Amino acid sequence: MGKETHNLAIFRGFLKFKSNVQKIWGVLILLSVLTTVEVALGIIKPDILNVPFLRVKLLNWIFIILTIIKAYYIAWDFMHVRDEKSSLQGSVVFPLVFLIPYLAFILLLEADYIFDVMSEGFVSWNF
Amino acid sequence: MESLISNQSEETSSWGGGSKPMAASYGKLMMWFFIVSDGLSFSGFLVSYGFSRFKNIDSWPIADEVFTHFPFMHGIEAPMYYVALMTFILIISSVTMVLAVDAGHHMKKNKVIFYMFLTIIFGATFVGSQAWEWNTFIKGDYGALKTRGGQILQFVSSETGKRAAIKDFSFEIPTDRETHESSSGVWYKAESSLPSYSLNEVKFGFEMNDDLVIRIEKLDEKGKKIILSRDESLLQIENAVGVVEGANLIENEYGNPLFADFFFFITGFHGFHVLSGVIINIIIFFNVIIGTYERRGHYEMVEKVGLYWHFVDLVWVFVFTFFYLV
Repeated sequence: MGKETHNLAIFRGFLKFKSNVQKIWGVLILLSVLTTVEVALGIIKPDILNVPFLRVKLLNWIFIILTIIKAYYIAWDFMHVRDEKSSLQGSVVFPLVFLIPYLAFILLLEADYIFDVMSEGFVSWNF
Repeated sequence: MESLISNQSEETSSWGGGSKPMAASYGKLMMWFFIVSDGLSFSGFLVSYGFSRFKNIDSWPIADEVFTHFPFMHGIEAPMYYVALMTFILIISSVTMVLAVDAGHHMKKNKVIFYMFLTIIFGATFVGSQAWEWNTFIKGDYGALKTRGGQILQFVSSETGKRAAIKDFSFEIPTDRETHESSSGVWYKAESSLPSYSLNEVKFGFEMNDDLVIRIEKLDEKGKKIILSRDESLLQIENAVGVVEGANLIENEYGNPLFADFFFFITGFHGFHVLSGVIINIIIFFNVIIGTYERRGHYEMVEKVGLYWHFVDLVWVFVFTFFYLV
């Protein structure tokens, strides 16, 4: 890898850093802000966000989306995926973004079904 | 590293060795594929946690109420603050790692040493914090009763709405019951240590304190644990069969034992990754000091352990969300 082959733009080129070190601190600030928002929401737990959407609370959707954003910046800027060839980016990212949501989908759907079966009264909760 | 293979030579020599697929070295590619497979293992664990949780969606323990401690601050409710601090520590260690990688690209040995050292310190702090979390979780704080059906009954003061610890209201009854040890028993059977209060002591203390009520595992529509009335509580306590203090793989005073099992398993597996990451970092750190990579002409090894270290951070971001926030 060459010395200055880093892609220094984040937010699709909206923010361009002068050096790689500067970009690292910039990403740290971004990650810290996102984590602070998560923790603040987790402590306050606003009632407005306590609404289920696709059987998961809106607040939890926000947590999951913020987490994926954080994961993106850790992988892209700390692990230098941004500087890799697109073939390497694809072979690393594609198996994960395909298999994990698939596994989550089938298992959570099954768990939801089991919950329904148990709550219909076939199994006593306490005996 | 600097050399680029021209198109023509790629056509003729791509099967003859020496070319780099995807412009990455062998070691780096293998580290990436290890990370992908390890990421799938972690996602398997987290998804199975989600499975158990969705299966018990109306009675799952509330993480905010479980992790409320902060070191050196006793009796202060601090939900999640310590885990948030741990998350920051790990993110900062990731930053120092990526700064070490960057210094390596510029062949600045002393900077690499400095940043690697900071990374190791932050990593070790994180592992220590996790050990502390485990210790607090295993010890437990309020104590609870368990019913024959395996449900947990917790105690709440109906006046203040605050949790009541069994050690505060239990009525001590003198008894001869001792821990059964393998040396004194038939068939060399032993039992784990007795809880500090017997079931009868807790029951008696509960009946004497009129303001105490029972909180069950079930959640209401707002996601809060259901609190029984005093009359219902007096009926429910008759179902109790034992005292639970703290959490282990079999019982858990905070609620479903699966919560404790997954906590130990997932954070333990992650903590093991952090620990091995710290050890690998230490090895590389000494290699940097004795100048191995200076002689080799490049610091790619630092970049490879860096990848692993960032992956550990990446996994923690998910563990933090799914265990503590969601």
